[in-house]
Amino acid sequence: MSEILISILLVIGSFFMLVAGLGMLRMPDLFLRMSCSTKAATIGVGTVLFALALYFENLGVATRALATICFIFLTAPVGAHRIGRIAYLVGVSLWEGTIKDELKGVYAEDACVPFGMECRIPDIDAPEVSPESEKGDGL
Amino acid sequence: MILQTVIHFIVFPLLSLTLVLGFIRLLLGPTLPDRIIAFELISITSAGIIVVSAIVTDQAVLLDVASAWAIISFLSVIAFSYYIEKWRGRP
Repeated sequence: MSEILISILLVIGSFFMLVAGLGMLRMPDLFLRMSCSTKAATIGVGTVLFALALYFENLGVATRALATICFIFLTAPVGAHRIGRIAYLVGVSLWEGTIKDELKGVYAEDACVPFGMECRIPDIDAPEVSPESEKGDGL
Repeated sequence: MILQTVIHFIVFPLLSLTLVLGFIRLLLGPTLPDRIIAFELISITSAGIIVVSAIVTDQAVLLDVASAWAIISFLSVIAFSYYIEKWRGRP
């Protein structure tokens, strides 16, 4: 009975990871890809770790598995947010079917001419940029 | 017995297919952030494979390997984003 439950959990988790891989390959945009991979892969690894916690009937192993689940659930959105923000600042083009871009007027529009020429990140070597203006961009 | 069969014939092929899809995106991703996202998917899938291997081989020590792997993958993603921010070239 326990083996059947663990098998079902493992199949569900690996199916979620396969969905993440498919979304990574098929989605048209960096941000949609990032959405797919972050959500689905997090759920998949969480389900697989839960199956491991059920398999080893041991308190220490279960605690470590739950701690790993909590760690992945906390750090995956942080990494995705960071990559998405940097990608938008560097000038990765959005999908042409995008209907809402809430960051459109936030950064200076003329600071980024098309793709790869210059980017919207302030030049750290330029003398006119004061260090207070980029305090929010640090790690 | 049914657990070993399910893992060897369903779970490992699905995870390996996920790795292949991530590698395809890593090869043909147009920009550098695409490749970083693909790398993150590959590393988190590898953590899943390590966890499933812990169930197959009945070794609970591999869970520590998986958690350290997750920590290192998160730190590498943060470091990549940091250096993209510092590097003002073509992404």
